[in-house]
Amino acid sequence: MARASETAAVGSPGRARAWPRDVRDLGQTYGAAAALALLVLYNAVFTDRFLTTDSIYVNLTQVAPIVIVAMGMTVVIATGGIDLSVGSLMAIAGALAPLIFLSDLPFGVALAFVVPVLVTGAFGLFNGVLITRFGFQPIIATLVLFIAGRGIAQVLTNGELQPFRNPAFQYIGLGRVLGIPFQVLLMLAIFAVVAWTVRTTRFGRQVLAIGGNEAAARLAGVPVNRVKLAVYGISGLLAGVAGLIVIAINSSSDANQVGLNVELAAIAAVAVGGTPLTGGRATVVGTLIGALILQLLRFTLLSHGVPDAVALVVQAAIIVGAVFLQRQRQT
Amino acid sequence: MTATGPLLQMEGISKAFPGVRALEEASLTVGRGEVHAVMGQNGAGKSTLIKILTGAYRRDAGTVTLDGEAVDFHSPQQAQAGGVSTIYQEVNLVGFRSVAENIFLGREPRRLGLIDRRRMHAEGRRLLERLGVEADVSRPLGSINVALQQMVAIARAISFESRLVVMDEPTSSLDEAEVATLFGVIRQLKADGVSVIFVSHRLDEVYAICDRVTIMRDGRTVDDCAVADISRLELVARMLGKDLAEVRRSGVTGFTDATHHAERRLLEARGLRGAGRTLQHADVAVRAGEIVGLAGLLGSGRTELARAIFGADPVEAGELEVDGRPVRFGSPADAIRAGIGLAPEDRKTEGIVPEMSVRENLTLALLPAISRYGVVDRRRQQEVVDRFIRRLDIKTTGPDQKIRELSGGNQQKVLLARWLCLDPRLLLLDEPTRGIDVGAKGEIQALINELADNGLGVLMISSELEELVEGSDRVVVLRDGRTVAELPHAAITEDAIMAAMAESPAAGDNERDGG
Amino acid sequence: MATTSAPARSVTRARLAGLVQGQGALIALALLVLFGALRYDNFLSPYNVTSFLANNAKFGLIALGMTFVIMTGGIDLSVGAVAALASVVAAMVSEYGLVAGIAVPVLVGVVIGLVNGSLVAWGRLQPFIVTLAMLLAARGLALTVAGNQSVAVDFESGFTALGTTTLLTLAAPIWIFGAAYLLGVLVLGRTPFSRHVLAIGDNEETARLMGLRVERVKLLVYALSGGLAGMAGVLLAAQYGAGQPAEGVGWELTAIAAVVVGGTLLTGGLGSVVGTLWGVLLLGLIFNVLNFENGRGVISLSPYWQSIVLGGFLLVVVLLQNRLAVRQT
Repeated sequence: MARASETAAVGSPGRARAWPRDVRDLGQTYGAAAALALLVLYNAVFTDRFLTTDSIYVNLTQVAPIVIVAMGMTVVIATGGIDLSVGSLMAIAGALAPLIFLSDLPFGVALAFVVPVLVTGAFGLFNGVLITRFGFQPIIATLVLFIAGRGIAQVLTNGELQPFRNPAFQYIGLGRVLGIPFQVLLMLAIFAVVAWTVRTTRFGRQVLAIGGNEAAARLAGVPVNRVKLAVYGISGLLAGVAGLIVIAINSSSDANQVGLNVELAAIAAVAVGGTPLTGGRATVVGTLIGALILQLLRFTLLSHGVPDAVALVVQAAIIVGAVFLQRQRQT
Repeated sequence: MTATGPLLQMEGISKAFPGVRALEEASLTVGRGEVHAVMGQNGAGKSTLIKILTGAYRRDAGTVTLDGEAVDFHSPQQAQAGGVSTIYQEVNLVGFRSVAENIFLGREPRRLGLIDRRRMHAEGRRLLERLGVEADVSRPLGSINVALQQMVAIARAISFESRLVVMDEPTSSLDEAEVATLFGVIRQLKADGVSVIFVSHRLDEVYAICDRVTIMRDGRTVDDCAVADISRLELVARMLGKDLAEVRRSGVTGFTDATHHAERRLLEARGLRGAGRTLQHADVAVRAGEIVGLAGLLGSGRTELARAIFGADPVEAGELEVDGRPVRFGSPADAIRAGIGLAPEDRKTEGIVPEMSVRENLTLALLPAISRYGVVDRRRQQEVVDRFIRRLDIKTTGPDQKIRELSGGNQQKVLLARWLCLDPRLLLLDEPTRGIDVGAKGEIQALINELADNGLGVLMISSELEELVEGSDRVVVLRDGRTVAELPHAAITEDAIMAAMAESPAAGDNERDGG
Repeated sequence: MATTSAPARSVTRARLAGLVQGQGALIALALLVLFGALRYDNFLSPYNVTSFLANNAKFGLIALGMTFVIMTGGIDLSVGAVAALASVVAAMVSEYGLVAGIAVPVLVGVVIGLVNGSLVAWGRLQPFIVTLAMLLAARGLALTVAGNQSVAVDFESGFTALGTTTLLTLAAPIWIFGAAYLLGVLVLGRTPFSRHVLAIGDNEETARLMGLRVERVKLLVYALSGGLAGMAGVLLAAQYGAGQPAEGVGWELTAIAAVVVGGTLLTGGLGSVVGTLWGVLLLGLIFNVLNFENGRGVISLSPYWQSIVLGGFLLVVVLLQNRLAVRQT
C-alpha cells in the first residue's frame, strides 16, 4: 500500500541534524517518561519518606544491576535477537569473584573484577558463535546457557552460600562517591556509553540496520556476523558486571539466587521502554525509563502493603499495556 | 441474477492513498465467457483496481456489479466466496504443505470430521489433469518447480467454481510450452462460461489469448476495446499517453538508443556455478561504459548470477575476473571494496531498512568511509545525502523521513544512491524499475543511461523486454542457469530475446527442483 | 502483494531436516535406554519405568500444547506458571470431588490461554511478550490465591484417586499422558485444523489470503496450550498432594527444548507430535540416568551437574540437527 509523500521537499541544506530520526521519534518514550513522572509524584505525595536520599538510593541501587543488564539486552534485541542467559551469567560472575579474591592470588581484588567479566564476556561470544556460525536461533542458543550456566555457577560453589567481607571488592556495591552509591554512577555511565554508541557510532547504526533488515544490511556490506558476535559479547560482559554488583551488595554469593529472573526483568524493561522485540529500533533511554517504572511500581505497591504476588500481576498488565500502545503507534 | 449483460461492471472507481490518487473514476467491464486484458504501466492503477475487485482494498467511490448484483468485497475470502478467484504473480500457496493440501486448504474433503486424504488426493489429481498437468499431489508444494506451483494455484482457483478468474501476470515464470498449457486452460474456462481477467504487460500474450482489452493510465481508464480493433503500437501509445509517431520515433522507455562506447573489460565471469541448483554454468562480461542486459525467465538464474558475482552467495565453480585479475569475493563487503554495487530485486526484503531514515539508508554502505574512529561524521553524511537527493530528484519531506513512507520509485532512487555515493565502477541492477510508477521509471532509465555514458559498467537484469531492447548494448540470455545466447547490439530484438529465453526444455523436466 | 512461501530448496531441506531430527531424537532415546539398561540394575524395572512416566506426564502435556503453539510460529512462555496456578486451584476445589478437581483447573488454563490467544491474534502483539507477561500474572495469581504457600489437597475427596488409581498397574497420569499424545498424533495427522495450524506457521499472510480464519486458529492453539498446562497442574497437585504456587519455574523452556529436539521448527510450519514425545522422554531420561549414575557411587555428580548436562545435551542435539540439515541440500 503506497504511502508516498510526493511533495517535492528536498533535504535541508547545511545544518546537520544532531540526532537520527529514531531518537527524535520518542513518542513512546515521552509517554513512558510521563508515566515515570506520575509514579514519582504519587510516591512523593503518598509514600512516607520517599523523597529522602536513602529511599531514592535504595531504589536506584535495586534497579542498577537490572538496568546494566538491560542495556546489553537492548542492543541484542535491536539486532532482532534475545539473550536468555544473562541471569545465569550473573551467577557465574558472582561465583567466580569470591573464589579469586579469597584465594592467595596476587592482585586478587583487581583480578576478581576483571576475570569474571571476561569470562562472562567469553560466554557471550559463545552465544554469538552458536548464532552466527552454527545457525542457532537466538532463543535456543541462549537457552543453552540459561540452563547450563547456573549449573556451572552452582558447581563452582557447590551450591553453597559464600559469605565474605572484602571492602576493596565490595566498593562496587557498597561504595559511595560524594554520597551517591557507586553502582548508580556505574549504571549511569554504562547507560551513557551505550546510548551514545547506538546513536552516533557506525557500530550502533549497523546494529539497527541488522535488526531492521538483515538481508539488506548484508548486501550493503555490513559485517553482520562480526557485529552480532560483538553484541552478544557485550551482553555477556554487562551481565558479569551486574553479577559482581549484586554479590557485593549482599556480601555473599549464592549461585542459586544471583540473577534469578533478571532476564525477564531486563526484557520487560526493554519492552516497556519502547524498543520493539523484532529489532531495528532501539531506545536506550526508553529501557532506562522502563526499568525505573517497573522498579518504582514494585516499590509503590510494596510500600502500600500490596503483596509481592499482586505486584507481579500489575507488572504484567503494565507490560502488555506498554507493548499495546507501541503497536498502536506503529500502525 | 440476469443471464445477459456483462458479468462484471466496475464504474466510477476512485481510490486515494496518502499523497497519491491511485484511481480516478476508473472503470472495467467484463463480459461473460470473455478473456479480458487489463494493461497499463506500473503505477497506472491496474493492480489497485484489481485489488479493489478482489477485496484486498476498499474503494473510496464507485460501484462494482457482479452478475447484476452490487457487491462490496471486504476481504479476499469474501471475493472468493462471491465467485471471484485470483491467481497472483507470486505463487500464494504454502510451501511445506502438499500439493493436494494447498488446493483444498480451508475446504478439505472430510469423513467423520477427519480429512479424507484419499478423496483429497484423487480430486487434486483430477483438477490438475484438467489442466493437462500430472504431479505427485502428496509432495510438498515447495519441492516442485515454480511453473508447476503456478498450475496448482490455478487448480485451486478453478476448484472454487468461480465465475471470474483474475490472473495477475501469470506467465512470468512459464516457458513456451507451459504458457501454451495455460492458454489451453484459459480457453477451457472460457468454454465453461467462466470469464478471465488477464493482467499482463506482454503484448504477444494479450494478442494471442484475449478478446478485449482495457487500457489504464494515470489512474484512469483510457480505452476499452476489442483486441482485434487496435494495433500493438497504438496500444502501447495509449498506455504511455504518447503520440503514435512519437512512440515510433523514440521508443517506450527512458533509454536513448545511443550505443555506448565500451572500453576496457571490467568484469568477466566464466562458468559460474552456485551452491544451489539454480545457477549452473553462466558466463557474462561487462566493459566500462556499457550496459549489458541479462534476460531470462523467472528461475533461470539471473538473480543468482548477480549475487554470485557480488559475493552474496557462495560460488562453487567458475572464474571471476575484475580488471583482468582473478578475484574471489567472500562477502558483499569485498565486492564493494572492489568498486561493485548490487541493487537487489526485492526492495522490501533486501533493499530498504524500513524503520531507518532516507539519510541512513542512503549512506548505509558508505558508513565505513564517513566514520572517524568509529563515529559517524554527521556533516559529511549530510553533505552526501543532500547532494544525492538533489541529483536524483528524490521526493521526500526531508532526509529524516522514514524510507518506508516513500513511493517505490523514490525508494529505488535512494537505493541507487546508496551505491552511487560510493563511486562504483560496476553496477549490478536486478529489476531496477520494478514496481515503480511511470515517471520515476523513465527517470531511472535515463539515469542508468547517463551513468553508462560516464563510464560506469552496468549489468541490468530485467523482465521487461522493451527495457532490454532499448537500453542494452548487448544482451546475455540465461536459461536453466546457463548462458545460452549473447546478442550483439544489432541483433537485439524482442523476438530474438524471447526465442532464446523461452525455448522449452526437454520433456519430463516438470519435477526438477528449482527456485 | 503477499510474499511467496519457502523456495524449493529450503523446503525439501527443512522437511528432511525435520525427519532426521525427529528420528534423531528417537535414536538418541533408544541409545540412552540401551545405555541405562546395560549399565544400571533396576533401570528397566517396572518401578523405575512407571514412576518415570508418571513423573514426566505433566511435562509431556505441556510440551504437547507447546508443539501446536510453535507450529503456528508462536510461543507460550506462561505454561509453567499456569500449571502452578492450576495446581493451586485443583487443591482448592478438590473437596468437590475428582471431576471438579480436573474440570475447574483445566478451565482456568483454557481461559488464560484464550486471553493469550486474543492478545496475539486480535491485539496483534508478539507471542513472546504476551506470554511473558502472562507468566508473571499467573505466577502472581497463583501466589496470591495460595497465600504464598502450598495448599493441601482434600484427602477425603475423590480427587486423591488421581494419584492412587492404577489401571493395569499403570497409574492414572500415565494413561492421561498416553491418551493425550495419541489424540495429539491423530489431530496432527488427520484433522483440517492441524493443516490450518501448519499453514499459518508456514506463511501467515498467505494463509489469510487463502481464506483461513487465522485469528480463530491462533486462539484455539493458545487455549489448547493453556488447557494442557491446566491439566499438568492437576497432575502436579495429585503428585504432591498439594497445590504448589511456586512450582513450574522453567517448565516452558524445557518444553521448548523438547519440541525443538523432536523436530518441530521453531519458526513454525512443520511439526511432529511424536517427535516432541521422544524429546520429552529424552530430556526426562537424562535426569533419570544421572540419578542412577549418582546412585552407583562411582562418580558423585552433584545435582548441579544436571543442568549442565541438560544444557550441553540441548547444545549437541541442535548442533547436529543444524549440521545435518545443511548437509541434506
